Amino acid sequence: MIDTIIDRINIAYAALKSGADEIAAARKSSPDPKIYIGMATCGRAAGAAEIDGIIRGLLSELDVKADIIHTGCIGHCYAEPIVIVDDPRHGFPPIMYYNVTPGKANLIVRAYIGRGDPLYEHLLGAMTENELIPSVMGFPRFGMEERLVTEHCGHIDPEDIQEYISLGGYSSLARALVMDPIKIIDELKKSGLRGRGGAGFPSWKKLDVAGSAQSEKKIIICNADEGDPGAYMDRTIIESNPHQLLEGMAIAARSIGASSGIIYIRHEYPLAVKIMRKALDDAAGLNLLGNSILGSDFSLDLEIFQGSGAFVCGEETALILSVEGHRGMPRMRPPFPAEKGLGGKPTVINNVKTLSTIPAIIKNGGEWFSKIGTSDSPGTAIFSIVGNVVHAGLVEIPMGVSLRRLIFDICGGIPNQKKFKAVQIGGPSGGCLPEIFLDIPIDFDSILEAGAMMGSGGMVVMDGDTCMVDVARYFLEFTQRESCGKCTFCRIGTKHLLTILEKITKGEGAMSDLDTLESLSKEIRRGSLCGLGKTAPNPVLTTLQYFRSEYIAHIEEKRCPALKCRALTAFYIDLDKCARGCDACVGSCPVECIFTAKGRKKGIDQSVCVKCGECVTACPKEYDAVKRISPAWKVPIVEKIKESH
Amino acid sequence: MMIIISVDDKEIQAEEGTSLLKVCLDNGIYIPNLCYMEGMETPPSSCRLCFVDIDGEKNPVPSCSVKVREGMKVFTNTPRVRGLQWSAFELIMSNHRIDCGSCLSRKACPLIKISRHLKIRLKPFRVGHINSGNEDIVEDHPCLIYDITKCVRCGKCLHICEKIHGRLYLTFAGRGVDMGISFFGDSDDETIPCARCLACVKICPVSALLSYERYEHSPEGSSS
Repeated sequence: MIDTIIDRINIAYAALKSGADEIAAARKSSPDPKIYIGMATCGRAAGAAEIDGIIRGLLSELDVKADIIHTGCIGHCYAEPIVIVDDPRHGFPPIMYYNVTPGKANLIVRAYIGRGDPLYEHLLGAMTENELIPSVMGFPRFGMEERLVTEHCGHIDPEDIQEYISLGGYSSLARALVMDPIKIIDELKKSGLRGRGGAGFPSWKKLDVAGSAQSEKKIIICNADEGDPGAYMDRTIIESNPHQLLEGMAIAARSIGASSGIIYIRHEYPLAVKIMRKALDDAAGLNLLGNSILGSDFSLDLEIFQGSGAFVCGEETALILSVEGHRGMPRMRPPFPAEKGLGGKPTVINNVKTLSTIPAIIKNGGEWFSKIGTSDSPGTAIFSIVGNVVHAGLVEIPMGVSLRRLIFDICGGIPNQKKFKAVQIGGPSGGCLPEIFLDIPIDFDSILEAGAMMGSGGMVVMDGDTCMVDVARYFLEFTQRESCGKCTFCRIGTKHLLTILEKITKGEGAMSDLDTLESLSKEIRRGSLCGLGKTAPNPVLTTLQYFRSEYIAHIEEKRCPALKCRALTAFYIDLDKCARGCDACVGSCPVECIFTAKGRKKGIDQSVCVKCGECVTACPKEYDAVKRISPAWKVPIVEKIKESH
Repeated sequence: MMIIISVDDKEIQAEEGTSLLKVCLDNGIYIPNLCYMEGMETPPSSCRLCFVDIDGEKNPVPSCSVKVREGMKVFTNTPRVRGLQWSAFELIMSNHRIDCGSCLSRKACPLIKISRHLKIRLKPFRVGHINSGNEDIVEDHPCLIYDITKCVRCGKCLHICEKIHGRLYLTFAGRGVDMGISFFGDSDDETIPCARCLACVKICPVSALLSYERYEHSPEGSSS
């Protein structure tokens, strides 16, 4: 009896795989050029849809048949829009073109597809090793990454389930279906996988608690309510490889015996919702979801729930309330959702990245996974690196790589010859780490020890022009705006922190405010109800600890060292640099506060100036005459000449 | 099953599984609290005042959410418990308009009771007063008015409303310090039971929710 079920599953999967292989082989043997366009949200924002239209138009104009494939995001935001052309007729390997403008798109079609000129000046590299064009893998941003979860992101069509199956997709699910559920959890235990949502809780433990709970109904939830400023890992994964997530979810559901599940995606991710909806339909159509999956005795129904954009709904108890139709507010744990979750049923909530990692673990074994990264934090870390960094985007690296290697070697360091100042890890719950921490390894515990938090993977790099007091103020403003208001410490405490920080950035702070900031922060950390409140003071505490001198400069000298805080700075025109008779700045000023001074040079009327900085941009580079100074009272006084009429 | 726990080195008999806060209150041991109500299955633990230290726990825990078990050793006035309570109370008071003279709750005000118990003054000492976004008195309900400047967001009104009617006729809305009570916009006296019920008004510990009748008779209402 049992053997027949196993046979049935294996036969069903083999049939799916061979069908998908046939489609893939037919595509591969076609002589037509294949054009891959990155059409995830990031690509579209950079203009990929326009490029797509231009390429299609030109192809039909030139009467060339080509296979245009819309892929997801490859993670190289700095290079978007990205077009990869695989045209074997010309004897070149697949070539990646970057920052494709309408003009470049024109060239790609006419010169490369049309005439076989690979346009060396516009390509980033070849996608495979070859003799003709340097491979992109020689470029550290590609070669030093280790792609486990994002391996296929940007290379496959997220809306084509057959392509995913032909690459071995859903084989782990087929394997999990014939495994004893306990064995699946054992394999995850062996792997040492820790939740990628923030705190790094061992994933197998949640599954184990829910798995051993006695309940006729259990639920699996994928948390894709990504809300940290500057973080977009989950969106990218859903938009680029949704089936990997569904496969991981199905395996996790099978391990605890869950028969239904929810993918909680924020509604600000319309493309991710659309792609996920199609993925669910396609998977159900091939019996990879639904009743008796692949002929087994396991059934799973998944549906999408769209969050309304409250940051706090990323907290699991708030997420559950929100699904139940209430206002999303966290509640005390225990009981943990794995014991008593949605509708009182055992519920396991996992992050997109955690679930997307599971298929690889089932495929290659827990032991294989445990050898990647460090012993306490095995596997890879996926970061969205943004801010003052040359090659911003999505990076996947093994845990244990140092921050320096990640920021400088892989991502190209700080642009415009500026100095590194800090890196903010973990969003509003994280902290700002200065240069002395650049050599710590990236893993859950080391980053926590330094005062930040792994978080879900947002990383903001800041150069010397960043005011750390202002950064702390920004994050507290975010927390206060997103606080659900339930508990006293988060609702009122973070407001006080914000008020004090605002005072300091305006030059109205006192030294005693620093003590209040510190003591209040520690009380909020101890007293808050949920994880968001407990971690909300981290940006304040880390900046106070590592950049205290900046706070003191703001308070005692009324000086903003980074020249950022508006109330403490002033603009002036350096008369030695200002060009006689030039009036480029005059028209740019929205409040008309620039006047003509002696020698037909210009001056700024400080009583009118709103410090917008438009004149800095307007002043020709070769003069560079508009300067910013802090404290504001040090601004040189320029005499107005008497109007001669 | 009856069990024995110790609170501040005093032995107390209690039914196993009862809320620790209730056990203490029933036995004459006062622990400051604002949001707890008897019979709550999962207390909101949102006021963050009822902290206690329990032997074996790393950090102080809100006693409303702890169920008593045999041999539990509880301390209600350790320095770190007091530290958190002082801080929470100061924060609450920094967002509460202190106007005891014209307040209808002054005789049974829990804030005054807590201030005496904790031996700290009502007015915050470290931080200034903070306002909540729109401080106008909300008058868009046919029989209730809401004053956010007094509200301590304990949520007792919501709890009692749901308990009596099986659904909510008022709700929390807004974010951060602007979060307060809001009505769903039902203005038809026929469809809402509020005029006959007023349980929320009766339970509000700080007179932030009032019926029009009560408001007009209050020193504040009659003066305006």
